[in-house]
Amino acid sequence: MSVAVAAPRRRPFIRITGALPGFGLALGYALSWLGFIVLLPLAALFLRASSAGVEGFAVTLSDPRVQHALLLSFGVSAIAALFATLAGVIIAWALTRYDFPGRRLVDAMVDLPFALPTAVAGIALAALYAPDGLLGAPLARLGWQVVYNPIGIFIALVFIGLPYAVRTVQPLIAEIDRELEEAAATLGAARWQTVFQVLVPPLAPAALTGLALAFARGLGEYGSVIFIAGNLPGVSEIAPLLIVIKLSEFDYTGATVIAVIMLAMAFLMLLVINLIQAWSRRRMGNV
Amino acid sequence: MSDLEPQRQRVYTPDSVVTEAPWARAAIIAFAAAFLALFLLLPLGLIFHEALSKGFDAYWQALTDPDAVSAIRLTLLVAAIAVPLNLVFGVAASWAIAKFDFPGKSFLITLVDLPFSVSPVVAGLVYVLLFGAQGLLGPWLQEHNIQIVFALPGIVLATVFVTFPFVARELIPLMQEQGTADEEAALTLGASGLRAFLTVTLPNIRWALLYGVLLCNARAMGEFGAVSVVSGHIRGLTNTMPLHVEILYNEYNFVAAFAVASLLAILALVTLIGKTILEWRYGEAISGRH
Repeated sequence: MSVAVAAPRRRPFIRITGALPGFGLALGYALSWLGFIVLLPLAALFLRASSAGVEGFAVTLSDPRVQHALLLSFGVSAIAALFATLAGVIIAWALTRYDFPGRRLVDAMVDLPFALPTAVAGIALAALYAPDGLLGAPLARLGWQVVYNPIGIFIALVFIGLPYAVRTVQPLIAEIDRELEEAAATLGAARWQTVFQVLVPPLAPAALTGLALAFARGLGEYGSVIFIAGNLPGVSEIAPLLIVIKLSEFDYTGATVIAVIMLAMAFLMLLVINLIQAWSRRRMGNV
Repeated sequence: MSDLEPQRQRVYTPDSVVTEAPWARAAIIAFAAAFLALFLLLPLGLIFHEALSKGFDAYWQALTDPDAVSAIRLTLLVAAIAVPLNLVFGVAASWAIAKFDFPGKSFLITLVDLPFSVSPVVAGLVYVLLFGAQGLLGPWLQEHNIQIVFALPGIVLATVFVTFPFVARELIPLMQEQGTADEEAALTLGASGLRAFLTVTLPNIRWALLYGVLLCNARAMGEFGAVSVVSGHIRGLTNTMPLHVEILYNEYNFVAAFAVASLLAILALVTLIGKTILEWRYGEAISGRH
């Protein structure tokens, strides 16, 4: 059976198990391509950042415009991710638990923000919410201006984050053992008690994962935001846009510093997601 | 199916103890429908409405404008290069990861997924820092007259970066689930490694492969941020469709902007439809779960 393993190997330094051929070729190719496309360019970024040094970071980060862009990006991404998660859990619940006409169509539609190019989403949202737009006009009559300010960024980021929230929670709602709910009901729990004490705890890790994913995606989002945001420095200018601006001004150090901070935040989110999942596995058994 | 029926009934009985009161149920469905209509359906409909607002002739004129045509051509070309590259990578990476055990495997999976965590703008920036005139390899490239940034190679590289994990992340869990028994049987029966791959593995993963390619292609054609940084926005030369949309929109040429955008929206719809059909018909073949 195991043809390849039977071949005598002298004191293998690294243990590779598997009876199929092609491991060296496949891994070699995958690693070279990964190195060329992902690792080498990212290394170039960190090299550039290290040559900028503490001084480069200090100069860039002391600029109020940079500070505002970073805070705005972090803040609005967090609020939008929170909102998308709350809405996403409700939508996931409706799609999984209830049967209503057009449910499968609605379910398929949730992925639209994944499939629609960000620039297209951006101009559509901007036109929709502009003061003369379909939704913008009635809002403007109420005295609410929702574009060319942070609210516009919020709208775009909710759009972008929604599928992450729905899709991470949905499979867990489908998996919930309904006997738990029956048990709770038989023991005299009101429905709202069952929801908050029996259903919310197992869903919480998935919801948090969705939140972190939506936040990470929102933080780096560019195309869908820049059209609706108005991009006023110090008001509605997001960090990714500031990278583009610094680059067009040939301020490579400035662009690198902002990029490294955003990358660090993205890696932190990746770590947080892994911790949430490890924590939920420990708590729930192997889910 | 028959043993599912009683449970179905219990679940959907409105007065059941394990579901919400009818009014709460109606409110939740209404919220979900209204939210999705407002946030997803309305923007989508608006694209087509704006594109056709000056009639079909204006729409057609915008699409046949030479700059639009060259943007469409460039987008197709970039996708035609980037998607196969990531397809080959995805198959190679998942072959090594799913069919063998070796140290550092889970770290490698994390690295493969890494591009999804990187902002598209940062993805573009890293190539400028590597290959741009001021970049690490810039002087050497200039000496040899190789242009990467602000030209086709840069656009392709940035596109490959942002679509990097799509195929691999569909294949890895599926191929792990499928194990190695089928291929081992083929080998014992005398098939060569390549033959075992082509006649056993490939048919087993074909739907998941198609699924990954579909998503990869949608993102490759629609990528904006990363491509925007490396393209240089040279009209008729390094402008992809999304970049062309941006330029037209910023020139207040809304009909033309939405006309080109409508093509990308159609691409998104076709992708969604294809994805949904694949999930409905071949869900098990894609996820590997039974």
